[in-house]
Amino acid sequence: MALLEVQDLKKYFKVPAGINHAVDGVSFAIEKGETLGVVGESGCGKSTLGRTIIRLQEATEGTIRLDGEDITHVSGKKLRDVREKMQIVFQDPYSSLNPRLRIESTIMEPLKNSGRFKGKGELQDEANRLMELVGIDERLRQAYPHELDGGRRQRVGIARALALNPKFIVCDEPVSALDVSIQAQVLNLLMDLQEKTDIAYMFVTHDLSVVRHISNHICVMYLGQMVEKAPTEELFERTMHPYTRALLSAIPSTDIDRPMERVQLKGEITSPINPAPGCRFAARCPYATQACREPQQLREVTSGHFVSCCRAQELG
Amino acid sequence: MKRNTITLQNKKTSLFTESCQRIWANPGARVGVIILAVIVILCVFAPVFAPYGVNDMDLANMYKGPSREHIFGTDGMGRDLFSRILYGGRYSLALGICAAFVGSGVGAVIGSVAGYFGKRTETLIMRFMDIWSSIPGMLLCILISATLGSGFVNTVIALAVGNVPTGVRLIRGQILSERSREYLEAAESINCSKLSIMFRHLFPNVISPVIVDATMGIGMNITMAASLSFIGLGVQPPTPEWGAMLADARAHILTYPYLIMFPGIVIALTVLAINLIGDGLRDAMDPKLRK
Repeated sequence: MALLEVQDLKKYFKVPAGINHAVDGVSFAIEKGETLGVVGESGCGKSTLGRTIIRLQEATEGTIRLDGEDITHVSGKKLRDVREKMQIVFQDPYSSLNPRLRIESTIMEPLKNSGRFKGKGELQDEANRLMELVGIDERLRQAYPHELDGGRRQRVGIARALALNPKFIVCDEPVSALDVSIQAQVLNLLMDLQEKTDIAYMFVTHDLSVVRHISNHICVMYLGQMVEKAPTEELFERTMHPYTRALLSAIPSTDIDRPMERVQLKGEITSPINPAPGCRFAARCPYATQACREPQQLREVTSGHFVSCCRAQELG
Repeated sequence: MKRNTITLQNKKTSLFTESCQRIWANPGARVGVIILAVIVILCVFAPVFAPYGVNDMDLANMYKGPSREHIFGTDGMGRDLFSRILYGGRYSLALGICAAFVGSGVGAVIGSVAGYFGKRTETLIMRFMDIWSSIPGMLLCILISATLGSGFVNTVIALAVGNVPTGVRLIRGQILSERSREYLEAAESINCSKLSIMFRHLFPNVISPVIVDATMGIGMNITMAASLSFIGLGVQPPTPEWGAMLADARAHILTYPYLIMFPGIVIALTVLAINLIGDGLRDAMDPKLRK
């Protein structure tokens, strides 16, 4: 049984112009100790997906199972228990830490809220352990977030998420706001932690080189829908969906012997508000035919490789 | 920036001390702090500094101009004006401070509820505030003061009511701009209760403009309290409130102008000092200056 199972998850927002299909029928499973990379361009619903799974937003439809237990609509005490098992690391470490709380207080907060630690000494010891775990110097205990650089702030965010030994963490573009040298440090930290504690990640990003480095499986999203899902190497080796192909061709290459074939997409991303049935990528797809106007199913083409494109095989 | 980081990490500097230091560094605010400190100390320790009792009448020496015995002169009952100003300052200052902070405080709480919960709660509260602030401040103040009757607490309420809508608007605006920040979501995800999110996370980050507004409001409330006493509401004679003293003196404005001049000068000086401090506070709490 998978650690986390998401079945046909939908999250719609009512907006004045209609209904925004931010996440529209996404399904996947994540095993213990694995990382699922979720990629897609801005506004494709990756972040909303993460927030809906950890119950910061209420799902419109579908089910979320953690350890086999349906947590889609739990509330009260039950929701508090669930949140101790699932955490999130945010994109922007400049806005995800309360500027008026000292580093130590920020890290201690989940510990206090859990009620598992008795007395100040125990809290202090646990906070120290966490700070050491994520590599924050002890002398920064009393510092305020604005005194730290982006990388250290993100470490604090990670320490806060790790505080109660969650089984699953949503990493919502945790390195995109950091500069490259620090990105690597934070990624390595996340991977080390995974080795030590067998934690599962859902790694949301638009940086394809990062996702290849860290994920076991990758799912590609376009306008709220999952268009392709496969084990990482399989996805990079045998790309099926035209959108994924365009996305991967955008990765800069340092190999001068291999000529770059860049697939350039034309047109704008279509609106997620009241989308027409059928393939949502069709409007920009160079291979679109009449058949693409029909609703698309996510099909398993080869073992473990899912794609929602009716022409995937003939194009393959 | 770099040097700052090092010094800050070594010693525990709270944002409060930081703000205080920054106020002191501002020359205008420093003058304000000094003037206000002198006035407050004189008023608080009035029994020590006042040469005469507050209601000591000396009928042989009525309407005496400033002299060595009575530096601000005496009024129509031979009471020493300087002593009365010192005692009266206790009422005026306390009224101003209480009214400003009670009003803005209540406004801040209501505004946080509106800003945090949003939707229907917010609409309801904000429309109510629109109605509230559509009534002219002075009129509302007179109305409440006349209904509740005189006395210190009632006057504070009457004055505070006028300060509420501004507090609500200010803090709601702040919250709207702060609400999208991720630390609030983070707080929710680590199981902070709604109350804790509101008062531990959101409130301290949106409160500074309200503190500035309340400080500036003290001056306005002192003049407002004086106006109330002037028209016979608010604190009643023989309590020596500054406005009441002005009201007493108005019949003699041409014959004994010093009776109206001294309380007037003290009011003006106090309000000036408070406004200077308020300006300094606004600069000190500006997040753009913090780093």
